[in-house]
Amino acid sequence: MNLTRAGTRKRRQIFEAISRTIVLVLALISVACGPIRAGVEPLLPSSGSSPTPLQDSGDLALRSISEIATAQPGDEEIILATTTSTQDSGLLDVLVPMFERRTRYRVKTIAVGTGQALALGARGEADVLLVHAPEAERAWMADGNGAERLVVMHNDFVVVGPSADPARANGHPSAEGAFQSIARAAAPFISRGDQSGTHVKELDIWRGAQVDPRGQAWYLEVGQGMGATLNIADERDAYTLTDRATYLARRDRLRLQIQVEGQASLLNVYHVMPVNGRKFQRINAAGANAFARFMVARETQQIIARFGVAEYGQPLFFADAARPVEALGEPSFE
Amino acid sequence: MDVLLNAIVSAVRLLLSGDPEVLRVMALSLQVSLTATALSMLVGVPLGTWLALARFPGRALLLAVVNTGMGMPPVVAGLIITVMLWRSGPLGPLHLLYTPTAIVIAQFTLAAPIVAGLTAAAMQQLNPKIRLQILALGATPGQSLWLLVREARLPLLAAMMAGFGAVISEVGASMMVGGNIAGQTRVLTTATVLETSKGNFDLALALGVLLLLLVYSVNLCVTWIQQRGRPL
Repeated sequence: MNLTRAGTRKRRQIFEAISRTIVLVLALISVACGPIRAGVEPLLPSSGSSPTPLQDSGDLALRSISEIATAQPGDEEIILATTTSTQDSGLLDVLVPMFERRTRYRVKTIAVGTGQALALGARGEADVLLVHAPEAERAWMADGNGAERLVVMHNDFVVVGPSADPARANGHPSAEGAFQSIARAAAPFISRGDQSGTHVKELDIWRGAQVDPRGQAWYLEVGQGMGATLNIADERDAYTLTDRATYLARRDRLRLQIQVEGQASLLNVYHVMPVNGRKFQRINAAGANAFARFMVARETQQIIARFGVAEYGQPLFFADAARPVEALGEPSFE
Repeated sequence: MDVLLNAIVSAVRLLLSGDPEVLRVMALSLQVSLTATALSMLVGVPLGTWLALARFPGRALLLAVVNTGMGMPPVVAGLIITVMLWRSGPLGPLHLLYTPTAIVIAQFTLAAPIVAGLTAAAMQQLNPKIRLQILALGATPGQSLWLLVREARLPLLAAMMAGFGAVISEVGASMMVGGNIAGQTRVLTTATVLETSKGNFDLALALGVLLLLLVYSVNLCVTWIQQRGRPL
């Protein structure tokens, strides 16, 4: 037993020192953190260049951002469930802070696969969705989950693969044909495997090619985001289906080459869908509506149209809100 | 190997540049994980002491539950907390999902069993006569806990470091309950995952180096307190 008075005093001193240190560190941190809030003004991607005027097409004339109602106090927070591709491309880093400044709403952007985004929306756990799986979206709308569905923009999917192209996929007149070549050659193919919009599209193409790749040794489902999937495909000299924006954003780090592109069936259309406030009482319907209006507003569409031009020499997305959906030439969608 | 060396260089550069975004991510990581660790000490130490010293039916079962909690996968903890915090969940009205507080809650559920389990082991290691003597001197339960904690301070500080190390380095729960929202709930580990998926391997590695530096600094402080006054 060594509970002598001197020892007791010493231990008390040590423990006081510990507790003081912890309190001090915590206090310092909370002061240093301050309000945890982004206040950084984003630079527009192509500062300096003049905005490309969009064509107004009669009835679909675009409204201005200034017509969007601002947030009511106490109702500022909205949850946006979207896809990893919109986040990884950096587009939302530009648009969301702009929306927040103009409307005083605060957006919590949750970047997940389209499958998870639709599931969150169907439970009322998100207020507004920005996704790209038209078939699944239509089913989701038919179930009464959404208030409306507005086309925002499109880009396209491309089939990428190793430059040696062992499956001779390059230049196939159709993505389905290229997929058949890949299956015949048993060349490695990396699938997202996560019910994302890209994964759904990939499965559509396999169906069209009348090939069932599941369980094949050359077909790997990785269950990861687009960026991670591209990295894996690159390491393993494999083919994969990717949206053009994500591929362009990291082309200089990849050896993968575009093998098939520019086909109508490879169109990748993004819709914004506010969740139905009549079905889910807890959601922020006004905020969801404001965000949807913002995504199709004239100024926003101009920013989308020139996003990525300065960095990649071509736009990552094509702004579509001014155009009727049929004009996108999406035979497989409508 | 060049990549790793470059990562250390760019980590230092990142730190010196004072990039507000990087500093905010580091500060939030530290704030969230230290808070979670402090809370788990407050709960875990008394719980572990009680489990070590009390005798009641089912004690071994409860101890095994705590020890299982030490191996709780962060994604599972994150998923459970997420469902609880959903708008439709039992804690939905608190509006905590996708906030730093939600990350603290998730990290607390990960760290508390680690602290409790290691505390129980440390307390059982003490000479049982100490406890008898404390009781014989007429100490209240609070006083005896305090005396026992002081006796076991070295392993308890180790428990604290283990808990802190587990939560500041986990990514699954922080990603799920925090949402990795820029400027709000992005911590070092989720930022590292994001940059990796973007293909920015150098930046991702630099963030990893910063994380290690942060953990090292905190542990250096605690180790210094732990070892102070020890005979050489």
